[in-house]
Amino acid sequence: MRAVIVRSVSQGAEKTARGNDPTYMRLRIGFMLMLDLDTSRAGPIVPVMPSEEGKKVSQEKTELSQQTVWMLAVRDDRDSEAFGALFDFFAPRLKAFIMRSGVSAHQSEEIVQDVMLTVWRKAAMFDPHRAQVSAWIYQIARNRQIDILRRERRPVPEELHEDPGSEADASQILALEQESRRLKEALGQLRDDQREIIEKAYMGELTHQEISDQTGLPLGTIKSRIRLGLERLRHELRELKP
Amino acid sequence: MKPISHHIPDAMLAAYAAGNLPYPFAMVIASHVSLCIECRAALEAHQGIGGALLESAETVAVSDGLKADILSRLDEPHAPEPVYERKGALPGPVMSALKGRAPRWKTLGMGVRQDILHAGKDGSVRLLHIPPGQAVPDHSHNGLELTLVLQGSFSDETGRFGVGDLEIADEDLEHTPIADPGDACICLAATDAPLRFRAVMPRLLQPLFRI
Repeated sequence: MRAVIVRSVSQGAEKTARGNDPTYMRLRIGFMLMLDLDTSRAGPIVPVMPSEEGKKVSQEKTELSQQTVWMLAVRDDRDSEAFGALFDFFAPRLKAFIMRSGVSAHQSEEIVQDVMLTVWRKAAMFDPHRAQVSAWIYQIARNRQIDILRRERRPVPEELHEDPGSEADASQILALEQESRRLKEALGQLRDDQREIIEKAYMGELTHQEISDQTGLPLGTIKSRIRLGLERLRHELRELKP
Repeated sequence: MKPISHHIPDAMLAAYAAGNLPYPFAMVIASHVSLCIECRAALEAHQGIGGALLESAETVAVSDGLKADILSRLDEPHAPEPVYERKGALPGPVMSALKGRAPRWKTLGMGVRQDILHAGKDGSVRLLHIPPGQAVPDHSHNGLELTLVLQGSFSDETGRFGVGDLEIADEDLEHTPIADPGDACICLAATDAPLRFRAVMPRLLQPLFRI
């Protein structure tokens, strides 16, 4: 497998539903990754510098999700339009998420505001090798909700720091995106009652004992998805130092 | 250093990600994750599930002015929260609870010392400093107890626990942890209820020592 990082792509190459949206195209062109798969799985993964050849040989490509593109534009370019796009997607979901735990609409919006400002301010901590944008924002939202409602500082693990100068590994980023898609598919296939329990668990409505008592339930499906990603995540984390 | 062999169960990691662990337990989990690649990877996978649920969550429209309001505040100056780095055996979350200071050890008897980081309705979490060869007084539990080794090691009826290892003891376990020879054993211990000591410490004194 060979990863190709393409930093500039001609506009005509992409025809999508949002292909004419200038903001979208600018972001797409600004940072775009393609995965170039060949038949052999052996051999090291070699990042290839942008080149004309890189485009020609790509047959099957997996692209970054739109949210990742937006988030990287926020992180690397402090792009407020991209931030606005993230807000449009996440704010109504965050509001519903927070209101579900019995918080008023008004206070939910205060927390949404706090979460989104945290996303802007801590953007440098976002690492697409390790987290999807939604996973990163999920944890920020859970932490901020507790900090604000319980007026305590929730204990959080030490941050890992990347070695300065380490380069983006496109195959790793795309592998994570692919796994996340599969995870979403798996979640989508759950029966309603199963999904209900998973939602309760991750919305903070179940104690660890209650989660642990849900034996045999969808955790089985979910766990196999988690396991898939674990070895890769471990490898990724070993490269980092606290 | 031996690899960490006692980890956090999945249900506890999921509850931690969801923000539904009491503060004393959250402190131990955050500290273990700071030391353990394995559990960090597992936690990030749980966060991935949370994220997938958030993406597919239903939506509730936000007020008209909210977006403009946030966009206007992006460049507002703000004081970043202080970040406390690991110091010696003490991981970042513990240093954060100590606000960067050194532990203030108080004698518990028999050479055992403690510094209570937090004690409240949701339980307590403290640092324990146990000299080599010394037993932590035999106790049974009135709830759940998490013990994370930060320095040295201890052994009890269930096995040996070295740096980074997490012991989870419930009401059914009566155990006598003994610090192994070598360095003094420093642990981070959290309970969701007061401990009942069977020896050494008369129960009447427990409220005084908050253990």
